[in-house]
Amino acid sequence: MNFDPSHSKRSFSSVGTRPIRPDGVDKVTGRARYGADFNMPGQLVGRILRSPHAHAIIRKIDTSKAAQLPGVKAVLTAADLPDLTNGDAAMYDILDNCMARKKALYDGHAVAAVAAIDARTAKQALKLIEVEYELLPHVTDVDQAFAPDAPLINDTIFTTGVDPKPDRPSNVSMRSQFGHGDVDAGMARADFVVERTFKTEQTHQGYIEPHACVANVCSDGTADLWVCTQGHFVYRQHCAELLGMDASKLRVTSSEIGGGFGGKTHVWAEPVALALSRKAGRPVKLVMTRDEVFRASGPTSATSIDVKIGALKDGTIIAADATLRYSCGPYAGAWAEVGAMTAFACYKLENVRTVGYEVLVNRPKTAAYRAPSAPMAAFAVESAIDELAKKVGMDPVDFRIRNAAQEGTKASYGPVYGPIGIGPTLEAVKNHPHMKAPLGKNQGRGMACGFWFNFGGQTCTDLNIGIDGTVSLAVGTVDVGGSRASLSLVAAEELGIDYSQVRTVIADTSTLGYNDMTDGSRGTFSSSMATISAARNAIKILRERAAQMWDIPVEDVTWEKGHAVAKGETHGNLPKLSLKEIAAASGTTGGPIAGHSEIVADGAGVSFATHICDIEVDPETGATKVLRYTVVQDAGKAVHPTYVEGQYQGGAAQGIGWALNEEYIYGKDGRLQNAGFLDYRIPVCSDLPMIDTQILEIPNPNHPYGVRGVGETSIVPPLAAVANAVSNAVGVRMLHIPMSPPRILAALEA
Amino acid sequence: MRYIRPSSLEDAIGLLVEASGKAAILAGGSDLLVRMKGGFIEPELIIDIKAIDALRHITESEDGFVIGAAVPCAVLGENAALRRAWPGVVEGANLIGSKQVQGRCTIVGNLCNASPAADSVPALVAAGAKALIRGPAGSRTIAVEMVPVGPGKTSLAPGEIIEAILLDKRQPRSGDAYQRFTPRTEMDIAVVSAAVNLTLDDQGVVQSARVALGAVAPTVLLVEEAAEILTGSRVDDKTLDRLAAACSGACRSIDDKRGTVEFRRKVAGVLAKRVALAAYQRAGQK
Repeated sequence: MNFDPSHSKRSFSSVGTRPIRPDGVDKVTGRARYGADFNMPGQLVGRILRSPHAHAIIRKIDTSKAAQLPGVKAVLTAADLPDLTNGDAAMYDILDNCMARKKALYDGHAVAAVAAIDARTAKQALKLIEVEYELLPHVTDVDQAFAPDAPLINDTIFTTGVDPKPDRPSNVSMRSQFGHGDVDAGMARADFVVERTFKTEQTHQGYIEPHACVANVCSDGTADLWVCTQGHFVYRQHCAELLGMDASKLRVTSSEIGGGFGGKTHVWAEPVALALSRKAGRPVKLVMTRDEVFRASGPTSATSIDVKIGALKDGTIIAADATLRYSCGPYAGAWAEVGAMTAFACYKLENVRTVGYEVLVNRPKTAAYRAPSAPMAAFAVESAIDELAKKVGMDPVDFRIRNAAQEGTKASYGPVYGPIGIGPTLEAVKNHPHMKAPLGKNQGRGMACGFWFNFGGQTCTDLNIGIDGTVSLAVGTVDVGGSRASLSLVAAEELGIDYSQVRTVIADTSTLGYNDMTDGSRGTFSSSMATISAARNAIKILRERAAQMWDIPVEDVTWEKGHAVAKGETHGNLPKLSLKEIAAASGTTGGPIAGHSEIVADGAGVSFATHICDIEVDPETGATKVLRYTVVQDAGKAVHPTYVEGQYQGGAAQGIGWALNEEYIYGKDGRLQNAGFLDYRIPVCSDLPMIDTQILEIPNPNHPYGVRGVGETSIVPPLAAVANAVSNAVGVRMLHIPMSPPRILAALEA
Repeated sequence: MRYIRPSSLEDAIGLLVEASGKAAILAGGSDLLVRMKGGFIEPELIIDIKAIDALRHITESEDGFVIGAAVPCAVLGENAALRRAWPGVVEGANLIGSKQVQGRCTIVGNLCNASPAADSVPALVAAGAKALIRGPAGSRTIAVEMVPVGPGKTSLAPGEIIEAILLDKRQPRSGDAYQRFTPRTEMDIAVVSAAVNLTLDDQGVVQSARVALGAVAPTVLLVEEAAEILTGSRVDDKTLDRLAAACSGACRSIDDKRGTVEFRRKVAGVLAKRVALAAYQRAGQK
C-alpha cells in the first residue's frame, strides 16, 4: 500500500454536507430487504428447541418421533455437528453456544433444531423431541457467582491472570489489571475520599430486527448464506470453521440491518441453519422470535463495581482505584478487562489502578453492546467523581476540567494520548445554555463524561468507474449507521465529482477481500480511509489515461476538481479533461478504470463525549421524566453531520433506557422473566425529549480527513449523567442501575 | 385452524357451543393474537365477531349507554356523550397499548382477557358497569367485577359471549377518573392502577362512591372501605390520607417483574388520592 493516511488540512466540498440517504427510499417504502426478506424456492422453516433450565446436564435427546413427523426434513443436535472438544477453545465455546453439547448452560440455550416444510410442522416437531435433563444448581447473579461457594458452571475454568495459578476451578475466568503510579500512597495523601459500590443490571441491545437468515448448502459443497449481520466476512469465517467448510465455498451476503449495536457481531443460529440445510439438502430459513432474541442472543454484562477516588483540597485527583466484576455468560470472556481499561480513561491521573474479573453466570453469553463494558464503568466512576466534586466544594464541570486528560497524558490503560476531545467537550458543556437553564421542583441536573477507543482494522474496497463516468463503490463493512452515504461523500470528495454520481453497495464475501466487521465505530473510519486510498489509485489511472489522450508525460497531469489538468507552460493551452470524458474513452485507452484498496486502518482516534441531563422525579411514585438532554462529542471530522447527530442521539436514547428501566429479570428458577418488549422496557418516543447535539471536530491525525469513529461513545456517559441527575433531584446517591421507580422509591425511603 | 366470521350473534354462539371449548373469540385480537403467537393457546376455531353489526355500536338511551363488544376503544374516545358522562371509563380504555392498539382493542376483550392489570376494568368496576351476556340458555346481566375470577379466567359458561357493556345514565354532580402507574408513557402495562367514581350532593359532599384498584390482587379489587371513607366527605386532605391507607391496606399484591409488594402498596394509595381528587373535581364541574 502506497498511501499516506495522515491528516492534512483541506477545505471540503462534499464531506460535511447533508445529502439525503441513499437507503432512505427503500426503507420508508418497505422495499429494503432485511434478513427475513430473503426467500428461496423449496425453502424449509428452521426452528430451535431451547432449554427451559438454567443449568442442566443433557442426559439424552431422543429425536426419533420428531424425525418421523411428516414434513420434517432434518433434525439436528450437537451430535450432528463437528466435535471441537480438542480444538480451539474459543471456537468450541461458540459452537457450544449455538448448540449445547453436554450441558444446558442457561434458560434458552439451544439443544436441538428441526427443519420442516412449514412453521406449524416445525413447531410440532419441537414438541416431539424428548430431552432428558439432570438439573444442576445454577447462579445468575454476578456477585453470587463470584463468591467462592457458588455453583460451579465450568470445571475447566481456572482464573488466568493470577500468580500462582489457582489450584481449583471457579466461575472467574480471568483477572486483569491496569494502571500506573502508587495508588495506596496517593490515597493516603488525599484530603477527600469517595468510596462506593455500584451495580448495573444486564441489558439487551434491543435491535428491532431479530436475527434472521436463509442458508443453502448444495450437494457439491458450495453454500450461500443470506443474513442480517454486522460482519458477513466474520460470519463466513466462523461458520466455515465451525462446520468444517472451505471459507471460499461459502458466500455470505449481508442484508439491510434493523439494528445491531454489537449483538450481530456473533453467530447464533446461522451455523445451525447451515447444518440443517446440509442435512436436509434444501434451503433453510431461520428467524428468531423476540423471545429467542432475549433469551439466546448476546446481552451485555451485569456488573458490580467498587470505586475509590481521592482528591486534594485544590481539586486534584491524587489516586483512583476500581475493582470491576462483569458477568460474561457461561463462557470465558474479556468484558471486565475492557471496563477496567476505560474506567478512568477521561482523566489525567498520577496514581491509578483498575482490576477486572470475568465472572461466569447461567445467563446467555455476553456479547458486545455499543462501546461494550464502558457505560457501566463510566456510571461507577462518574457517579463517584460527582460526589467527590461536591466534597471538594467544586462545580462538577470545573472539577472534571481540572483533572481532564490532555494531549500527552499517559492514559490509565497504557498509551499516551495524541490530540483529544475531553477538555473541549467539557469546556463546551460549561458554556452551554443547558447548564444555565433554571430547574423546578423535584428536578435535578447531572452531567458525565465518556470515552471509547474506536477501532480500525482490515478493510478492502473497490471503486469502479463506469463508462458513463459514474462511480460504483463496493465496500465490505456492513452499513449499520449510514456509512453508504458517508462513503459516497468521501468518494465524491476525493474524485471531485457530485455525490449523486456515486453509488455505494455492500459487496458479498465472494467479491471483495476480507473485511473486519462493523464494530468499534470502525465502519466509516476504516472504509473511508480505504475509499480515499482506492480513489487516489483510480485518480492515478485517470491521470495516466489523460496523459495518453493528450500524449504528454503523466507527471505533467494533475487532478483538480474532477478533471485532469495539463500543467506547465508546454501544455498550458490544453483544455482540461473531465472524469466523464476520460471514462468515455477508457475502452480505447486501456480498458476499465478502477481503484482498489486493501489496508489495515490503523490509528483510529480515541473519542470523548460529555452529556448533560435534566430529570424530574415524582417523589411519591419514583417515576422519572427526562426533561432535557444534551450531547457534546468529538467527531474528528463529521462526514455526514446528520448521521453523526443521529449516532449521538441514538446512543443517548439507549443509555437513558438502560439507566432508567431496562433490565434482565431472572426468577429464582434461573429463568428469564421478561423476554419481550412489554416487560423489557426500552423507552418509546414519548419517553424521551428531543436530544440536543453539538459536534466538535478535533481532527484525528491518523486519518486523511481527520475522521474519528462516532458510533459508540454516545452510550458511555448517559448511565452516569442520568444517575447524577436523579441523585441531585432526590438528594440520595443512586447506586443501582436501572433506576426503576421501585428502586428510586426504595432509595428515598431507606 | 379454522377462521369464521359469523354475521349474527346466534351463529357465533352456535359455533362456540359446537367447538366445545376449542374456539377463541376474536374482536380486536390485541390479546388473542399475542397469546397465539407466544404459543400459550392454540385454538382450533377463531370466531371473528366484528361482522356482527349489533356489536359494533355505542347507543345512548334513557337508561344509559350500551357499548357493543366489537367497538374499538378508540371509538369510545371519539364519543363525546360517553366522554362527558364517563370520562374515567374512557381514559382507561384509551390508555391500553398505543394509538394503533386502541384502534383494534375492545373493553370486552380487555375484560375477558381477565388480567388483573387490565386498564379499562377498574374504571368499569368503579362505574358499576354491567356485562350483558348471551349464551345458549339465553341472556343474563352481571356486574363486570364478577366476570374475571382470576388471572386469565372468567365466570362465563361454555358457549357464552359478552354482548355489551352497560353503563348507567349519569346522575348530576358525578365524576369518575382512572390513573395507572407505568414506567413508560405508553406501550406499557399497569404496575398499579386506581379508579374512583363518585356522586356529590348539592352541598358538594360525596353522596356515594366506588373505588377500584388494579394489578394489586388476582382480580380488580372493589375497595368498599375506601368508598365508605370518601362518602360523606369533601375529599379533604385528611380523607385522602385515610383513603390512601385503606387502598394500600387492601392490596394483596405480589413481587414480580413489574414491581414489588411494597411499591404497589405505596403507589396504590398515591394513585387513589390522585384519582379521587380528579373525580371530585369533575363531579363539581357538573
